[in-house]
Amino acid sequence: MSEIRLQIDKKEVTVKEGTTLLEAAQSIGISIPKLCHHEKLESFGGCRLCIVEIEVRGWTKLVVSCVYLVEENLVVRTRSEKIDRIRKNLLELLLAHAPDSPELQDLALEYGADGNRYEQENSFCIHCGLCVRYCAEVVKKNAVGFIDRGVRKEISFVPEIAARECNRCKQCFPLCPTSYLQAAFVLVESLTFPSPGVRADHKPGVRADNKPGVRADNKPGVRADISG
Amino acid sequence: MTRLNTPQELETFRQAIIAKRDPAKACISICAGAGCLATGAGEIIAAFKQEIEKQGLTAEVDTKGTGCPGFCELGPVVVIYPQEICYLQVTSEDVPEIMAQTIKEKKIIDRLLYVDPATGEKASFESEIPFYKHQKRNIICNNIKIDSRSIDDYLAIDGYTALAEVLTRMSAEDVTAEIKKSNLRGRGGGGFHTGRKWEGSRNDPEKIKYVIVNADEGDPGAFMDRALLEGNPHSILEGLIIGGYAVGAHEGYIYVRQEYPLAVENITRAVKQAEAYGFLGKNILDSGFDFNVYVHQGAGAFVCGESTALMTALEGRVGEPRPKYIRSNIKGLWNKPTVLNNVETWANVPLIINKGADWFTQFGTEGSKGTKIFSLVGKITNTGLVEVPMGITLKDIIYNIGGGIPGGKKFKAVQTGGPSGGCIPEELLDLEVGFDELTKAGSMMGSGGMIVMDEDTCMVDVARYFIHFLTDESCGKCLPCREGLRQMDKILTNITAGKGKTGDLERLDQLAETLTEASLCALGQSAPNPFLSTLRYFRAEYEAHINEKKCPALSCKELISYYIDPEKCAACMICLKKCPVDAIDGGKKKIHIVNQEKCTNCGTCLDVCPLRFSAVKKISGTPVPAPIPEEKRILSKGQEQ
Repeated sequence: MSEIRLQIDKKEVTVKEGTTLLEAAQSIGISIPKLCHHEKLESFGGCRLCIVEIEVRGWTKLVVSCVYLVEENLVVRTRSEKIDRIRKNLLELLLAHAPDSPELQDLALEYGADGNRYEQENSFCIHCGLCVRYCAEVVKKNAVGFIDRGVRKEISFVPEIAARECNRCKQCFPLCPTSYLQAAFVLVESLTFPSPGVRADHKPGVRADNKPGVRADNKPGVRADISG
Repeated sequence: MTRLNTPQELETFRQAIIAKRDPAKACISICAGAGCLATGAGEIIAAFKQEIEKQGLTAEVDTKGTGCPGFCELGPVVVIYPQEICYLQVTSEDVPEIMAQTIKEKKIIDRLLYVDPATGEKASFESEIPFYKHQKRNIICNNIKIDSRSIDDYLAIDGYTALAEVLTRMSAEDVTAEIKKSNLRGRGGGGFHTGRKWEGSRNDPEKIKYVIVNADEGDPGAFMDRALLEGNPHSILEGLIIGGYAVGAHEGYIYVRQEYPLAVENITRAVKQAEAYGFLGKNILDSGFDFNVYVHQGAGAFVCGESTALMTALEGRVGEPRPKYIRSNIKGLWNKPTVLNNVETWANVPLIINKGADWFTQFGTEGSKGTKIFSLVGKITNTGLVEVPMGITLKDIIYNIGGGIPGGKKFKAVQTGGPSGGCIPEELLDLEVGFDELTKAGSMMGSGGMIVMDEDTCMVDVARYFIHFLTDESCGKCLPCREGLRQMDKILTNITAGKGKTGDLERLDQLAETLTEASLCALGQSAPNPFLSTLRYFRAEYEAHINEKKCPALSCKELISYYIDPEKCAACMICLKKCPVDAIDGGKKKIHIVNQEKCTNCGTCLDVCPLRFSAVKKISGTPVPAPIPEEKRILSKGQEQ
């Protein structure tokens, strides 16, 4: 692999080919905010907070640094009026869902984000997907996944798998920026295990009627409005 | 079916098909596209077949279920050959008369002809109808000439000659060069140069490559691709095979939305027929080129029309887009170089090969060559598919071809480019249609949707409608699109409901920037267009909604009231009886009054009030006048009408 030289915030940096802009910036101590990135996981590019400005052949454009790979002589700016404005707006959108998340509050302070700019809709999950991807890519159990699409998207534990795997793992809990995940698990646990722990016959906890844990109203049983 | 092993065999076979056909023989062509089928074309075809059999004319008269000719407004469309007489809005009851008069007596039935609403003149032939006359139909013209289920029909109109030409006389580089020279740009929305895209894939050292037809047409009101898939599937397939050869791919995919059952059926049949004839498979026409095609049905997500989401879905995963910092013609399906083009783009390829890039470039403007099919819908007299040369003005499309706005209403705006396109106002109607021109005006070409709106359309509500559509279709992967659209939808809904606040426009503006600049894929990046373009050209309407709680188009239900003008009310009792919620107070000889508490703004009273009274009014932004005193409500004899 060849070495690539580029400039980030006017500092020269040399890194290996295939490095992301985010990693290159981190290597020289420049911090870029991010919520969906994790070094053990494949880049996702979902939260868009790590957006930076690059200059390519005289053109400037915004790219997400967790996905974009370094290029020779690239000029990168990690802060600008525009970047800050977009990050602030993104944080405001997130604060409408998870106003109490410490991680979001810290960033809100830095970027001057107003948590009340948009109508509150506390759902806690900010869809960073860290839990889902960590469980799939690192733990390789797929015990938690996304269900539905777009604005109706939610994370959900798969009761059959969660019952077998989660109690002894719980590696995803500390990854969650809003602590919602843990609540979702506690709920699924309570629905999957009618009595604490495992059933007397030591089979994975399935309800008497053999159906996966579903709320009485038939909605998937992981809503924060019950658990949180 | 016999496999055609060489170009010579293909040519001999084609000549045999043509020789068997008598051009003077009567043939009744009935549009069997989805639109005409919905209005009874299936029954008409059956009725013709039955009638022909009854009269013992099976040897003399053919029937043909063809693709969509485009004039959906007046379907079902029946064309009688060899004279090419065009009958519109035909029903199965007309069949015996057509058989007796036109087929047997060779007489034209006047009442089934097109009547020009402006001049009252009748047109016996397609070519005389203004809707067709002003078009340039290079691609869609073949729809009506062939039975969409018959590969022999396609061969009879020189189908697969382009493929034979390419495989026998052209190198892959020659093909790419010809497409590059034609300046063909992607018809799916992006407008990327097709030849350059092919060349990029072609030059990549990776051995495995793919070509894909994007047939996931999902824009509300758009059905160009459906008409081609249903009507002339082999033209798309031929283009795809040629593309595969040019790029160096041996596998092609057709990603077609499952909501188009007839399109799925026809393209799947076309693939099977092409396999049987040897246009797919190993050693196609003895060229040494192997190529296979698979039809894949989409599972109902608008976002899968986005190229990377489509590829992710083809790979068997959730159809979410992925960052495109490395173009998909280099790293696409399963990370291999992949050329993905829209249905109409592929359908252009055999034409360019057959007639040459120079023929193609004679149509269009500097930046946009060739023709483009638009689906002209909304408040327009002639709804349908129109194919026009690039560079034609919007005015020509709307007035000369579309026949203008029905009901004597005034034109307000035309929305082009699908849900993430923009609205273009009257003052820009002289705009020439082209990729760059439409983008400059704040809209886009998109895949060719064209929705015409009249003066009764509220532009804020239009923005709300499209933003709501996109909110619903956002995949939810990236934050700006998922949350930004959710908030835009909420704010716009509030504005149209009379709950707009100061600062709403600034909030919307900021969200628009965030979406445009920070979204992962084109869905989010272009999603603010309906808002931005309506704000740019119709800002006053937004301000009226927010500041005065007024809908100038009198369209937003929660901002209007119905009021009966006491000067005009004749106490005829019609509205009083028809009101579904008993909100009208009055009686015989007693002037009617709308009880605003009870009224649900359904508009029934306005619809039923006799034109000679026109007493019911829609008002917005001003308070409803207080009811007149009881004693003044009684009509004396002279006042009764």
